[in-house]
This record gives sequence, C-alpha cells and structure tokens, in this order.
Amino acid sequence: MIKCALIGAGKMGISHLSILGAHPDAKVVGVADNTRVVTDVLQKYTTFPCYTDYRKMLEVAKPDAVFVAAPTKYHSQFVNELVSRGIHVFVEKPFCLNLQEGKELVKLVKHKGLINQVGYHNKFIGTFREAKSIIKSKYLGTLQHFVGESYGPVVIRKKQNNWRSSPEEGGGCLLDYASHVIDLINDVISPITRINGCIMKSLYSTSVEDSVYSLLEAEGPVSGVLSVNWSDETFRKMSTSITIIGSNGKIISDASELKVYFKSDNCPPGYSKGWNIRYVTDLTEAVDFYLRGEEYSAQVDYFIRAVKGEVPNIINTFESALLTDSIVGQIKRYSNQYHG
Amino acid sequence: MDRILFGDNQFFSVNHISDEKSRAQSIKFKDDRAILNTIDIAINEGLGTFMCTTHDRIARICDLIRQKPSAYQDFRIYPCMPYAHKYANSVTELGVIGTIQQYIPGGFFSSLFKGGTAILSKDYTSIMELMIDAEMKMFKGIDTPVIFLQNVVTDLLLGLNMKEVFLAYYDYIIRKYNAEPGFITMNLPKLLDTLESVGIKNPIICSSINKIGFRMSGGQELYEHTLKTRKLRAIAMQVLAGGAIPAKEAVEYVCMLPNVESILFGASSKQNISETSAFIREADKLYSQKETLLTS
Repeated sequence: MIKCALIGAGKMGISHLSILGAHPDAKVVGVADNTRVVTDVLQKYTTFPCYTDYRKMLEVAKPDAVFVAAPTKYHSQFVNELVSRGIHVFVEKPFCLNLQEGKELVKLVKHKGLINQVGYHNKFIGTFREAKSIIKSKYLGTLQHFVGESYGPVVIRKKQNNWRSSPEEGGGCLLDYASHVIDLINDVISPITRINGCIMKSLYSTSVEDSVYSLLEAEGPVSGVLSVNWSDETFRKMSTSITIIGSNGKIISDASELKVYFKSDNCPPGYSKGWNIRYVTDLTEAVDFYLRGEEYSAQVDYFIRAVKGEVPNIINTFESALLTDSIVGQIKRYSNQYHG
Repeated sequence: MDRILFGDNQFFSVNHISDEKSRAQSIKFKDDRAILNTIDIAINEGLGTFMCTTHDRIARICDLIRQKPSAYQDFRIYPCMPYAHKYANSVTELGVIGTIQQYIPGGFFSSLFKGGTAILSKDYTSIMELMIDAEMKMFKGIDTPVIFLQNVVTDLLLGLNMKEVFLAYYDYIIRKYNAEPGFITMNLPKLLDTLESVGIKNPIICSSINKIGFRMSGGQELYEHTLKTRKLRAIAMQVLAGGAIPAKEAVEYVCMLPNVESILFGASSKQNISETSAFIREADKLYSQKETLLTS
C-alpha cells in the first residue's frame, strides 16, 4: 500500500483524490487545503484526515507520495519541500513558473532518486500514443509540418476573478491550455527548438491572454503552427488535436479519433495505403476505476506503479515538463518583446 | 421502466468517438424544434421515455412540451443531474464557493455564511437538496418517475467513498419527488457494493454495458458476473460502444444478459431510431422463445 496525500483540493485535486480513493494499491493518508468548505465536506463525509496546514499533514501522516494540485505559483515551493523530505511527487501541470527553480527541482529529484510525474494527461490517451508510435517508427517518413490546436469554453465572458485570471499565479491560456499542446508536440513529434513568431490576444480577460498563436520549429527541423483559444464556446469542453504531415503520409489526431493517411503500402501492421481511421475505443486500455476519461485514471495508476517499482518513471517526468515550461517561457518572451 | 429508453447525447454534441460527428450534430440540432421533432419520432416508434441531462436547452424543450399537454400525456422524462460541465466550467471561473453562490437560489448561502462555518458544516445536505430542487424546476408538470445522479458525480462520490451522500440523495428523491432514484456510473460493480453497504437494495443503475467491454471498469467478466448473481435493475447504455459494434450484434449481446431491465440509446435519424428499436424487440423475442423452450 502506497501512502498518498494531496495538497490542494480544487477541481483537479478532488479528481485525483477520488481516483486514489478507489485505487487498490493506494491509501489516502491526508488532504491539505486552506478552503474551509472543502476540507469540512471531506472531513464530514470521507475517512480522509484533513489539514489546513500541509506541513502538519506531512509530519503526522508521513506519506510516501504526495499529489500537488495547488495553484501553479506554489508548485516549486511545495515540490522542493516534498522532494527534500524524500517524498515521491505527482504535480499538476504546468510544472513551475520559474525556469531556474524548475531546473533545480529536476536536479534534486534525480539526486534523491524519487519518482516524479507531472499531470500532462494527454500522453495517456490511446490516439495520441498511437500517433507517436507511428511517427517514431518512421512510417510517416520525414516530418515536414505540424499543427497543434486546442480550443475550449473556459472564459467566454468578461467576468473572472480567481488565480486563472492572474498572470503572477500561473493564469492565462498559454500556461493553462497551450502548455498541453506544447507538451504533446514535444513528445509526439519532437522537442520544439525555436519560436519564429507569436501573437497572444486577450478576448475577454483583462490581465491574461485568452488565445495564443505561434509559428514554431521542432527538431528535425519540422515547422509548425500552434493555435490555442480557451474562449471558444463552439466547443463543449477542451478539445486538443494535432495534425502532422510527413513525406509518406499524414496524421490527424484528437483525443477520440485517429485518422492516418499513407501514400504507399509501407505502413504499420493493421494499416493500409490511403485513409485509416482508428477510434479511442480500440486504442485505449480499460481502467479499473473510471472517473472522467481513462487518461486521468491511467496517469495516477502509472505513478503509483512507478512508486512500487513496477514501471519505469519515464512518462511526464519533471524533466519533460521543464522543457514545456521553457517553451512556454520563450513564447511569452517573444510575445512581450514584439507586442509589449 | 420501459424496455427502451431514448437518450439525449446526440442533441448536445456528445459523441464519444468523433469530434466531427459531434459538430455535425450540433449544427443539426441548433433549433429546439429539431430536438423536439426527433423526440416525436422516437415517441411514434414507441419510445415513450426520454432520459436527459439537466442541460439549459432541456428547460426550453420542457416549455414546448408543456404547451401541448395532450400530445405528451403518456410521455415521461428521466432527468439526469447535474449537467456537470455547467458546474465544472463554473468552478474554473468562480471557484467552489462562487459556484455554490451562483446556483443556490435566493440568499440561502450568504445567510449561512453569516452564521459561520458551524451552521454551514451541518447543512451540506440542505445545500444538496436545494441544488436538486434548482435542477428539477425545469420539469415542473412533467412526469419524472426516475431521477438519476449523473456519472461524473456518482463516480466522484464513489471514489471518495462518500456513501452517506448517496443515501441522502436516495431518500430525498423518494421523499420530495415521489420518484425512484437512479445512479449512472462507469463502475457498476463497485457502485453496487457501496450502495448495498448503506442499505440501498435493488438499485436502478445505468451503466456502460457492451459486447467489447468498453468503459466497463473492473472488467467485462465482473460485470457479467454481477448481473448474473446480484440484485439490481440495470440500464445498459453505450451499447454500441460509440459505434464500434454493429447495432444488431451489439443489441443481441445486451438482450441476452440477465437483470438488464432497460436499454438506453440515442439516435438522430428516424431510420436509426426505428432500426435499433426493432433489433432490440427482435432480440428480446428470440431470447424469450429460447427461454420458453428451455423451461418447457
């Protein structure tokens, strides 16, 4: 049994908590949050011990692993403290607001030999995994261009007052939404190496951007476009997709459907020349407990198994998330430089 | 419960396997009239129960239905609450407290707040009851014999093991609405254990049940075993697994399972509605004939 605790019981935190509560190899030993209503409800209706002071929780509950789902600005402080105490860490995305602090955490966690994972859940979605596997086995030939997109209805009117509307706390479409797409491009295609142009626009928010459009270059070199807008109400929920064009074909993938076009018969087993369509129903492994998408359960399960030593700690490491933080930072700097 | 229940996913661009299809549906059902017309087609095909989320647009559909009481005399709605995206988006925008304030009618929450957390901590059940009432308002005057807790909430509570909340919901639906409480889940075996542990017997549980084991968490085998050996009134949904299984084959599998009282499906066209219902009726006939042969 892995003794797990949670810091930050907001939307993502509660989701992790529920998945952990149902996990046969995890025991929830503590929940820390400073919103009284949340801890009161949990205290009253669950068996999880609740704390308003996370340090007290660490001392009393002595967890093996901690899930950090507090606002992004607290990530580096909390993670640093946890890793220093020898605790395995799962932290929500994005990793850190300050790149230097992130670098030190990567170094520290390696030095301590602890399991570390960041919540970029798209990597646990069957369609994107399959897209990656086709690309890495070179079936798409030489990669030429990609388009990474994400749209959703987070801010659809002028009225916002929480940490997501504050740039200092990690708010904004770039950190909250675009980071997912950047992380996916880094993983599925190749690491982004250059920002060739960027526009960030506020549509409803007063202090943060609601959309991010950028011209990118990834290792290869492969050119690409990033187009992200969290103020698009034509989408019912966040919808992320990537299109990749190679010398031998093309891939269009979102979280539910993978469309692959091959120019010739040189394709992976199960595929043929022309269009191929595969659905997430065939590509996603079943989970033992389902809450809101297999990927959310799968990433928690992967982390628990990594702590138990059953799987290697290679998906969504601090190091891979640091690369995403660094691209996010470069896009921000580029935008500030040219557009103030 | 009717053997066949007509669902609403197609009206609200919920498609589990294709974003393109969901956009096409969203265009097709832009007008409330288009939704009602499809419901009318389903009624003509003998599907008198509509199972739907408490989406804002359902409120408008209910208005249209109330305008023609004679046409919808035998029509029933099984509400499924809450429409989770409404609250999830609100939590993202306003936070937990802001969301409760937004959706609790009147000054209830602020008056509680003035009393401090001591009063508040005793009254979460009242908050839940007020939220149920707020969701149920749109169905006034319409027959709602079964009222469901939506799967995101059921499964969230299940993972957190908040058993008492299930019981509070169950009791309130019976007490206030004189209706049967139902639960939608993606984790049927685990939910049944939990409901039974708080004394809820023979519950109505709507869950993904299909031939390929899609979203049958805990495994298909465990589901089949649970249906065969335990006491529950199951409703099978996602029978076609998002279109991964041909309709006839899909329906035959579910019709063969014991304890599956109803089958829920949604479709946009007259052809699909009538075809799928015909498959269900044929399969039922086939299995009842087989059973008669075996027992005689």
